[in-house]
Amino acid sequence: MPSLIETRGLTAFYGDFQALFGVDIRLEPGETIAVIGANGAGKSTLMRSVSGLIVNRHEMILHRGEPIGALAAPDVMRRGIALVPEGRKLFASLTVEENLKVGACGRQGDGPWTLETIYDLFPILKERRRNPATALSGGQQQMVAIGRALMSNPQILLCDEISLGLAPVVIKDIYAAFSKIRATGAAIVIVEQDIAQALKVADRVYCMMEGRITLSGCPRDLDRADIHAAYFGAEPHELH
Amino acid sequence: MSFIDTLLQGILLGGLYALFAAGLSLVFGIMRLVNLAHGDLIVLAAFLILLIVSTLGLDPFLAAVVAAPLMFGLGWLLQYYLLNRTLGKDILPPLLVTFGLSIVIQNGLLESFTADSRRISANAMETASVDFGGISAGVMPLVTFVSSVLVIVALNQLIYRTSLGRAFRATSDDVVTATLMGIRPNSIFAIATGTAMMIVTVAALYLGMRANFDPTAGPARLIYAFEAVIIGGLGSLWGTLAGGIILGVAQTVGAAINPEWQILAGHIAFLLVLLFRPRGLFPRAMD
Ligand SMILES: Nc1ncnc2c1ncn2[C@@H]1O[C@H](COP(=O)(O)OP(=O)(O)OP(=O)(O)O)[C@@H](O)[C@H]1O
Ligand SMILES: [Mg+2]
Repeated sequence: MPSLIETRGLTAFYGDFQALFGVDIRLEPGETIAVIGANGAGKSTLMRSVSGLIVNRHEMILHRGEPIGALAAPDVMRRGIALVPEGRKLFASLTVEENLKVGACGRQGDGPWTLETIYDLFPILKERRRNPATALSGGQQQMVAIGRALMSNPQILLCDEISLGLAPVVIKDIYAAFSKIRATGAAIVIVEQDIAQALKVADRVYCMMEGRITLSGCPRDLDRADIHAAYFGAEPHELH
Repeated sequence: MSFIDTLLQGILLGGLYALFAAGLSLVFGIMRLVNLAHGDLIVLAAFLILLIVSTLGLDPFLAAVVAAPLMFGLGWLLQYYLLNRTLGKDILPPLLVTFGLSIVIQNGLLESFTADSRRISANAMETASVDFGGISAGVMPLVTFVSSVLVIVALNQLIYRTSLGRAFRATSDDVVTATLMGIRPNSIFAIATGTAMMIVTVAALYLGMRANFDPTAGPARLIYAFEAVIIGGLGSLWGTLAGGIILGVAQTVGAAINPEWQILAGHIAFLLVLLFRPRGLFPRAMD
């Protein structure tokens, strides 16, 4: 059976600047994987490529074995692939509830997520549903961004740095929601700079550096020194 | 009584200007596109209504109902196949293309309908008036004003109460993120311009019934529309109505002092607002 998502020798460019150099990752049904790496490693570029914000060579990205690399974002999302973008990107002139509803624009068929089930997942959003989305705290805004992506009932949820800039207790709340999201059968890709957080939630981890995958494996098989080397590019013995 | 009378005429005239402006305001609000052919499209719609009235023998209001979907289709095609290609970081291409379009429409109309000035006949309605305790108002200006309020109420319902309206606002906020929601911005823009062309049809109906028009009448209508949008504040439809009214009142008050000052007084009011409130009276934040 083909993987849910597979990238094959994925390259990506911003003008003349090459940001990805032959990235191979795969995501199996029901799995949660984490992509870690330092600033500028290419994690967001990978997410933008999979979600169709960056158009790639068609056969470089496969969804259930079918090429989707050259599809634009609206077509990718109609295949059940939703992105929670880096920096949340909420619609400033829409209320919390309208942001959630917009997430359902490209929804195909039925699924577990509706306004009610999103409000069950993040009850605070129900209280604040008539507020402008950007009037919320950072953590609440991140909940809206996740809820908005879920409203399309995706089989694949891509999350780009959802814990960035949030207090530890808020991060805990947000990650608590992920066990419920996983329980619906969705596969999840989490981009994280917090290695410990990534190792805690993921079934498998990919580490990126300078546009390449430098390490991959199950958290329990990975050794701290190897992760450091793959993350920072330094030999383990150079670190103390 | 004469001052109140002048004021009333001005307010009612403002309804016509708001109709000229509402489509321009909608399109600008959603895609930051200033359509310099807007006035010519109003004149084109007026000729279309005239054509339907004369060939099918319909009442002008019915003719406008027939013309509206045709204008929607024209707007959709224009946006999807031409104007979408001009949108981007650079604001110059849409200005150049719509300026060119303005010339093409004027010449096209000149070729097809000659330079003669025309009028859509509304028969009895043209001269009918009603009396409010000593102040009389023409039925035509009243109906125009009521139409402009209805158009703006309907547009606000569309924008703030429907899923299409949500998609309009989301796309206007952030095109890239909107695509992540499954929204296709090019289709959204085409529907927006199509909708603007239906408002243009309403504006054309009253333009054609109230005064003579000819193929070169567009640019002046564009200027009134533009001034109403700027006075009201970009992106606010009620602001656009207020802008139309201020323009209308300034013109009628100017004309009451000296008939030659009508147009000039409108422009001066526009410049004064621009001087003291550069972002207009009701910029979007207040919507
Ligand atoms: N829009 C862009 N135009 C040009 N270069 C870009 C653009 N976005 C990213 N880059 C470059 O591409 C490389 C990868 O960036 P990317 O945003 O994918 O990294 P990242 O791993 O997500 O980093 P961060 O942890 O800071 O989010 C970086 O060198 C970055 O400078
Ligand atoms: Mg990033």
